[in-house]
Amino acid sequence: MSSRINALDPSQTRSWLGRTLHYLLRDKAGAFGLVLFLFVVLSAVFAPYVAPHSPLQQDLHSSRMPPAWHEGGDWEHPLGTDNLGRDMLSRIIYGSRVSLTVGFFGVLISMSLGLVLGAIAGYLGGRVDAVIMAIANLFLAIPYLLLVVVVAAILGRSLINVILIFGLTNAPLFVRITRGEVFRIRKSGYVESAVSIGAGRARILGHHILPNLIGPMVTVATFEMSGMIFYEAGLGFLGLSVPPGVPSWGNMLAHGRQYITFSPWLAAFPGLAIVVTSLGMNLLGDWLRDVLDPKLRRTAS
Amino acid sequence: MQRYLFSRVIQSLALILGVLVLVFFLVRLTGDPARLMAPRDASPERVEQIREQYGFDRPIMVQLTEYLSHAARGDFGTSYHYRAPASELIVTRLPATLELALAALAFAVVVAVPLGILGGSNPGTVMDTLARGVGLIGQTVPNFWLALMLIVIFAVDLGWFPSFGRDGPRSLVLPAVALGFFPLGQFVRLTRSAVLEVRSADYVRTAYSKGLSTRIIYLRHIFRNVSITLVSIIGVQFGYMLGGSIYIESIFAWPGIGRMINEAVQNRDFILVQGIAVFSAGFVVVIQLLTDVAYALIDPRIRYEE
Amino acid sequence: MEPVLDVRDLAVQFETVEGTLHAVNGVSFRLRRGETLGIVGESGSGKSVSMMSLLRLIPEPPGKIHRGRALFYDAAETVDLLSLSNRRIGFLRGNRIGYIFQDPMSSLNPLLTVGIQIRESIERHTRLSGTQAKQRAIELLELVGIPSAAQRYGNYPHQFSGGMRQRVMIAIAISCDPAILIADEPTTALDVTVQAQILALVRRLTQELGISVIWISHDLGVIASLADRVLVMYGGTVVERGDVEELFTSPRHPYTVGLLGALPKLQGGEEQLVNIRGTPPSLFSSPTQCPFEPRCPWAFARCKTERPPEFFAGTGRVYLGGTESASTTQDTAESPEQEADEPFVAHRAACFHDLDRDQERDPSEPPAPAQGADKAAEAAGIGAPPSARGSASTDPPPAHTDSRQPSRLTGDRTGAEEL
Repeated sequence: MSSRINALDPSQTRSWLGRTLHYLLRDKAGAFGLVLFLFVVLSAVFAPYVAPHSPLQQDLHSSRMPPAWHEGGDWEHPLGTDNLGRDMLSRIIYGSRVSLTVGFFGVLISMSLGLVLGAIAGYLGGRVDAVIMAIANLFLAIPYLLLVVVVAAILGRSLINVILIFGLTNAPLFVRITRGEVFRIRKSGYVESAVSIGAGRARILGHHILPNLIGPMVTVATFEMSGMIFYEAGLGFLGLSVPPGVPSWGNMLAHGRQYITFSPWLAAFPGLAIVVTSLGMNLLGDWLRDVLDPKLRRTAS
Repeated sequence: MQRYLFSRVIQSLALILGVLVLVFFLVRLTGDPARLMAPRDASPERVEQIREQYGFDRPIMVQLTEYLSHAARGDFGTSYHYRAPASELIVTRLPATLELALAALAFAVVVAVPLGILGGSNPGTVMDTLARGVGLIGQTVPNFWLALMLIVIFAVDLGWFPSFGRDGPRSLVLPAVALGFFPLGQFVRLTRSAVLEVRSADYVRTAYSKGLSTRIIYLRHIFRNVSITLVSIIGVQFGYMLGGSIYIESIFAWPGIGRMINEAVQNRDFILVQGIAVFSAGFVVVIQLLTDVAYALIDPRIRYEE
Repeated sequence: MEPVLDVRDLAVQFETVEGTLHAVNGVSFRLRRGETLGIVGESGSGKSVSMMSLLRLIPEPPGKIHRGRALFYDAAETVDLLSLSNRRIGFLRGNRIGYIFQDPMSSLNPLLTVGIQIRESIERHTRLSGTQAKQRAIELLELVGIPSAAQRYGNYPHQFSGGMRQRVMIAIAISCDPAILIADEPTTALDVTVQAQILALVRRLTQELGISVIWISHDLGVIASLADRVLVMYGGTVVERGDVEELFTSPRHPYTVGLLGALPKLQGGEEQLVNIRGTPPSLFSSPTQCPFEPRCPWAFARCKTERPPEFFAGTGRVYLGGTESASTTQDTAESPEQEADEPFVAHRAACFHDLDRDQERDPSEPPAPAQGADKAAEAAGIGAPPSARGSASTDPPPAHTDSRQPSRLTGDRTGAEEL
């Protein structure tokens, strides 16, 4: 009898995947974000096959060529060349590898740190909690860009350093989320009942707390990854990210800035790449937040 | 209210102390601050000299105590590059940065709040789509790139505004727009969602049930509650703008703190870097404190807290 | 007795992402001058939505008043609330029709003093000067029983308890001497002792001021102690209506029977709570059948194919002009418009059951819901039911205890209350 009633509600009848696709397709902006994101990821993964040239190959005879649709341009170099005659399109495609690597591993580190420290703070409470949260709040108090610039300047230019900087400085946010969720769930009845039937802490963490964290974690991770791609380019722009020889969007921007008056495309295209990536991830993040958080979904609809 | 204020002041002081300690250890992160402070091509003898000059060879607790006691007196050491006290340098550069940050904030608020209100009050309309679009773009366009593009279009091509320098109100326009663009997006998003939320609050329904006009309901009931949300994030946005000014001031050659920190980093002038970091964090903490006080003044729930 | 409000065939829909939600579907009723009309139903039955749409307080979009009329017989003129201009409905709101909402904690603006929130209604609808309006607001605070009203005038809502805030809400609602007061579960969010005080206050004030009251509740005890007549709503429709005493002692619609059976018994704690099995109906489908059919223990074929109109019901006491007389029109199908001619004809139920039981129902399953009715009567403090309907039947209706509904049905909040 109740199945008759439920049959009217699509969320009851479809599988998780079907439901997700249903919501994704209904939200055109979210679907568009996913397409943009996949586009960037795929071109990073298949860079050697997609890029028309080597990103490092110099050709001083055709330096600072404008994009193909401009006068003096050539479809050999669709987005033109930089001052050493290197192909802009190829450099942008390879540059996405740096951005996505920093974003992915940065989020991985900060999320893992956040989960561990947040769970410890939430479970033990008391003095341990106070110390962990004091440190987390301290990091959140310093203007973020300033913190990143100072630490990057102290540590020096390398991919590992950049990943570590973003991984560590973003952890406080994930610590807060995890701790809040652990607190909330610890107080709710069903964990008490799980404890009363003898479930261990690990079991409670695995069965009750982690599943509840997936939604907020995935959403925040999307926005944070977008932010890291953003800030990595910013560091590169100041000459504080990966070494100058590596094709990265930030390095390209720093480079293009010097020629901004006469060859503005040198700075325009790497910036556009950042905008496209960031746009995709923000749309995706908005959509994930709507889908993964039922509370928000209801108010949105 | 007084107790709330008192505890907030204590919290802020503790936070500033924490920042001091954090920056102290950050500079020692590589294990050898003398090497960090020395020029890249300095000889080992020169590095050794710097080590002695700044007392890096002494026990770390002695160094920390001295650093804190100096900081308490407003002494953040002497800049290696400028050969002047860091605090003095910061104070001379502060007005330019404040001018830029306030102009950016004004630009963001003046554009964002009406847009957010119009969007949030008319969900699903063109206005709403515009508000959401601006909110999204504000979040996705890097300010350093926007600054470059503004220069290309409005300084190089059109020649409307100067592309660098601090020389009268016209020179303020491009840097303020570039710096204020991200906060603008945030304010639009926040205003819009706050209006959407407050519109459907129970007390707004009550106001309608009294027969009040829509105009009065918006003026007296909705905007007042929305403003609380806005005030609460101004502090955060100010912190962002101090960080963002590193890029904007460097690009537009704006003689403020942001440009100075970039120069200090390039010159490996870490005494100055340390001083600016502590000062900026302290500044943000104070702004945050002030916005909390403003918040408390608007919200009777905090004002009348026993 | 002349009516003050006449609602005909009211239908309210909400456009949602899942489809059109038929929140209210053809509700008709009349409110007599000076009476208290109780509206009972579970969450999502459409009781709040139908009342809010009378003052056009539902958000549009997504809500939409699909059809219907609501004639308000005010002292000077008669108007249709549903077709008035926004300006004119704004004049009636808070002035001729007061509204009290369920949750006093969120119904007052936290940033304005209670004084201002009372005053703004007075200033909107009267010509009183600022100081006069303030004086009036303090009088109102005294009237609703707030001690040292003059001092409390400048306080903020968070400085009041829940019960005190609801008193403030009442002060706002009656500030301009309304003809009608709509009370939308005003005591649900309050403690039991505070509930009783608020109940007594509203009863006293409305009697003194001669205000007609529509009282929405899912608490049958409250309705029994307060109302003259009752509407029982289910799935956006009125399923049963009648004089409060008759309806509670001899309910005829299976839903009402279940609702009364779901009341906890105060004396003799042995018996289990009775629950109505199943969940509230989905309102997405267009109603071409009895909305209660999926959960009905007595349902038969016709209930699935046809929507039952309201029939004269039961033991047949009819109210006409305030006098009791025996009804002879038992088991006769009537059109809903019938009420237009006989405005206050008492007891009706939208159920085929009595009509078709001889032909289609299994006679071995007696319908008489005597036990539930007894319990309700006891709990509601009403005298024993007529012996004619006594518990002679051997089997009470199936008493389901559904594990998904540990609380009594009336406390269940799974439905879309806000819709």
